[in-house]
Amino acid sequence: MRLPPWTGILSRSVAAILGGYLLASLVAACCALGLALPRAEAVMTGAMLAFAVQAGAVVYVFAVRSVWRAWAGLALPAALLGGLLWLLQFGGAA
Amino acid sequence: MKPGFRQSMAWLHTWSGLLVGWVLFAVFLTGTAAYLRPEISLWMRPELEVTRPGPDIAPRLMEAMARLAPSSQSWTIGMPTARDPVARVFWRDPQAPNRRGSRDAALHPVTGEVLTARATRGGEFFYRFHFDLHYMSPIVARWIVSACAMFMLVAIISGIITHRRIFADFFTFRPGKGQRSWLDGHAVAAVLALPYHLMITYTGLVTLMFLTMPWGAQLAYKGDRAAMNADIFGNAPVTRPAGRPAPLVEIGPLVEEAARRWEGGSVGRITVQNPGDARATIQLVRQDSERISFNPQSLLFDGTTGVLISATGEAALPAAETRGVMYGLHVGRFAGPLLRGLFLLSGLAGSVMVATGCVLWAVRTRQQAEKRGRVGFGTRLVEHLNIAAIAGLPVAMATFFWANRLLPAQMEGRAEWEIHLFFAAWGLCLLHPLLRSGRRAWVEQLGLGALLFALLPVLNFVITRRHLGVTLAEGDWIRAGFDLGLLALGAALGAVALLVAQHERTRPGTRRRATAPLATAEAAE
Repeated sequence: MRLPPWTGILSRSVAAILGGYLLASLVAACCALGLALPRAEAVMTGAMLAFAVQAGAVVYVFAVRSVWRAWAGLALPAALLGGLLWLLQFGGAA
Repeated sequence: MKPGFRQSMAWLHTWSGLLVGWVLFAVFLTGTAAYLRPEISLWMRPELEVTRPGPDIAPRLMEAMARLAPSSQSWTIGMPTARDPVARVFWRDPQAPNRRGSRDAALHPVTGEVLTARATRGGEFFYRFHFDLHYMSPIVARWIVSACAMFMLVAIISGIITHRRIFADFFTFRPGKGQRSWLDGHAVAAVLALPYHLMITYTGLVTLMFLTMPWGAQLAYKGDRAAMNADIFGNAPVTRPAGRPAPLVEIGPLVEEAARRWEGGSVGRITVQNPGDARATIQLVRQDSERISFNPQSLLFDGTTGVLISATGEAALPAAETRGVMYGLHVGRFAGPLLRGLFLLSGLAGSVMVATGCVLWAVRTRQQAEKRGRVGFGTRLVEHLNIAAIAGLPVAMATFFWANRLLPAQMEGRAEWEIHLFFAAWGLCLLHPLLRSGRRAWVEQLGLGALLFALLPVLNFVITRRHLGVTLAEGDWIRAGFDLGLLALGAALGAVALLVAQHERTRPGTRRRATAPLATAEAAE
């Protein structure tokens, strides 16, 4: 079995645990504010989905060929969701 | 599929499972025991008679509460059921010695008299331990357990990806072949109950989601906890007493109205706020074993007039119901005896899956290390922890039951000491492999666990009158079943101990035994 050097593993682990949690939180937050459902429904839909997002993110981070791609694959959707969240929170009211 | 992909998934499966395997095993095994929470609690209170609950028990219990706690702000009455045949009641009392400011008692299911039994946490301990751990803040513990559950979810998903032949593995077991056998055992335990493992892990995460994934709720409710609790949990707002005395309404008609609204459903819990006051309320909550969803159906009545104020849980929205069903599936209270048995077996399969996974890692790593001629500290550490976590936990659980039988009934802090002894036994199991070679330690701890479990029904013959001779004759199936279950557990542990011991005898020299203590291994690193 080809093991990546330890720096790669560390970097991927941080991406999987912290990055994955951030991405999952953004999905939960965007659902809570963005879904056209009663408030409690939107909140719970987001929170229940979040765990699948985190698990998927972890698998993705360890599946891709390079560490850079792992980080980029998390950063891109996180940036999009972050922008969406900003719009949901401040854009709609203005 | 790219071979590289499967390899990285195999790597992810190995490490996400191993790193938290010991915690997962403890959570899985004690969580499985929690399916029998009321049965364990009853077995651990041999003083309690098993009586069929009377037909008009609610008025008797309300009278009992009026005697027990005439000036309390609130009462909660857990109605007796077939599984837990005594009424468990709680009431607020700011002078109570515990932190929650409440007192509790067990009441007779026909007469409402207070029953006295030895102090014990009973099955509640295993239930709490499986997400609150012990000797630490429950919040920290829930974060730890949730994080471990996420590792577990990742281990399950990557394990499925790694497996080429899920269906064939179902029928494959090659015993007595070292690493191969462990791998087969691991795969069988995992694949056999795979939907259960996925369900229990994901729903476990969902039960704690308001703690671990609170961001959506915080943004949507902008920190307004009261609004959120009312929206999501349907919590009735707490009413202040008016200060004017007024008699409580008869409970009987309210219970009948609940049965009508719930189409024959029965009341599981009665909560009375401000009893005896003009602003009293009575809330009836439906028995949670009657529905899969854990979202409670409840009715709130004015406590002096009996007028219905509000009803919850009758038309749940989709996400709320999804969460309710996930929660309900996790705790499994809806399950009848057959399904409960399947849940128990699946939970045990999950424990075996985690245990064989941890052992597999150690066996494989040792084989590789011995080819290189040097067994490292990491391998020895995993081997050591495997013994204490896997063979030690049953010893600790059995010790908890022995403590329940042997500690004096009137002892100060008795319930806590049962728990201290549980951890003391587990701690000794952690030290024991320092003095023994790996296999000896396995055999001795498994054998000790087997003896402790198998002798518990014998101990019952000696010191209680709730032994198999009586319980079987009287039809006390809960206690008789539990005693028989203990014998079966003892036999199973004994069989595993024998297998490990025979393996050691029949294959000498195939594997060098770990004789050097940990410290020298560390020095050799």
